Amino acid sequence: MELRPVTVPLGKATDATTDDQAAVFGVAGVSVRFGGLVALDDVSFSVGPGQVRGVIGPNGAGKTTLFNVCCGFVRPDTGTVLRHGRPVRGLRPHRLAGMGIARTLQGVGLFAGLTVLENVMVGAERHARAGFASTLFALSRSDRDERALRERAERALAELGVESYAARLPGSLPYPVQKRVSLARALAGAPDLLLLDEPASGLGADEMAELGELIRSLTARMSVVLVEHHMDLVMSVCDRITVLDFGRVVADGTPDEVRDDPAVIDAYLGEEATHS
Amino acid sequence: MQQFLNVTLTGLAQGAVYSAIALALVLIWRSTRIVNFAQGAMAMFTTYIALSLIEAGQSYWVGLLVALVSGLVLGALVERVVVRPVEGGPELNAVIVTLGLFVGFQALAAILFGSTFVSFPAPFDLRGFTVGGVNIAFTPNSIFVIAAVVVVMLALVALFRFTNLGLQMRASAFSQEVSRLLGVRVGAMLTLGWALAAVVGSLAGVLIAGGNLVSPNYMDAVVVFGFVAAVLGGLESPGGAVVGGLTIGLLLSYVSGYLGSELVALAALVILVAVLLVRPQGLFSHAAARRV
Repeated sequence: MELRPVTVPLGKATDATTDDQAAVFGVAGVSVRFGGLVALDDVSFSVGPGQVRGVIGPNGAGKTTLFNVCCGFVRPDTGTVLRHGRPVRGLRPHRLAGMGIARTLQGVGLFAGLTVLENVMVGAERHARAGFASTLFALSRSDRDERALRERAERALAELGVESYAARLPGSLPYPVQKRVSLARALAGAPDLLLLDEPASGLGADEMAELGELIRSLTARMSVVLVEHHMDLVMSVCDRITVLDFGRVVADGTPDEVRDDPAVIDAYLGEEATHS
Repeated sequence: MQQFLNVTLTGLAQGAVYSAIALALVLIWRSTRIVNFAQGAMAMFTTYIALSLIEAGQSYWVGLLVALVSGLVLGALVERVVVRPVEGGPELNAVIVTLGLFVGFQALAAILFGSTFVSFPAPFDLRGFTVGGVNIAFTPNSIFVIAAVVVVMLALVALFRFTNLGLQMRASAFSQEVSRLLGVRVGAMLTLGWALAAVVGSLAGVLIAGGNLVSPNYMDAVVVFGFVAAVLGGLESPGGAVVGGLTIGLLLSYVSGYLGSELVALAALVILVAVLLVRPQGLFSHAAARRV
């Protein structure tokens, strides 16, 4: 397998990770056990402002569990989730949006019965929150919210180049377009942290390259945590990479450091190479 | 011809009420996958509240307003307190809970308001219009019934189509998990869905009571017809519920007018069985299969 990391300015960003106070998000000492099975064992990572943090590892290494800890689906047995250096207590999925964190789902998870625009408007909701009462009585504030929401959603669709599908139902669209809509929905809430779960699954090589460029372009506005098993994508877009194997962190560093790490080659690249 | 006109117009007015009941059932089914067997009993209860006020000297309109508001509160309370614990669990649990509510509300109404038939006033004249010297069965009150249902339905359409809150309610109905991730307060949306459904149900209860006798079980037949209408419309579709309600109203009115009123309940069940056999997804639903 050929690995072609895009050269990105790492210096400043790398400094940021070493300083947990500056980190936007992270986990510290997280362990998760399912019955007797240790899914995660003392895992820590952090992501600084404008950084892309990759999490890779072979199947069953604990990537999905770690992702679920980050978004509150799984509560760790020990360890904490950190937001701006402070522990987050009682993290639940519905609190993510309010904390400025957006995530995408494996697959696309669009609302089948809502138009593309409406789908994205639900994601933009964080910024337009009319109370029940004002909406029920159709006060003007709610009208303004509605318009602002629509504009925000339209901008997010345009940014991802799928604005022409705004009035369509997602089920009728090609898969890569649905993926873009789902990403637009995540971005519409103007998060400062984006959690991406296997965003490249089901995409062709060209689409994956576009996805990589897109993720890099987002770093002007937000940090990204990317859980992914496509090595090309991870190596080319990430500033720092955490490598998991059997629930433990076996390596943590820049793409170059990680690629040369014997433990990583052992755990992941070696396996990948023999399989492909 | 005059008979046909009479039967059709009566059927439309009845159908408007069945539409409202069907809509209430659909609102709850869409958001929580629960058929609320207590819908009629809750409407009966709020109608009795209206009746108590009217008998105490308040106007019909105060009674109607209080019935709608108490429907809102009752729907929200029932969802939060009784239904929430069984949401997302085995479907039979929700069935048993709503059946229990049905029995409970009827018993409570009998204790509080008595179980005899009492008459409920109508806000408008119950004597039919005269067309070309002939009296027809369509009354000013029928116009009020149809208009009230239309107004409420337009308001609901506006809420769901054009407001942010309505968008969140629709999103919650499609996927609670994804909605939660996007920051939608799904629990609040479910409560609001039940509350709105109970308002629509209460409206139907008061409308059908107008000029008729009420007792703790006067809604039983109405809610069965409303359920048939909802199934005809596909259970998923608010528009289908409205069309289904009007269709059932007309069909049952023709049965009553031409074949005999004792056959109405039988006809409703025949329609229900026919729909389930021929087109179980209903006329307006795209769903290929339905969970039962």
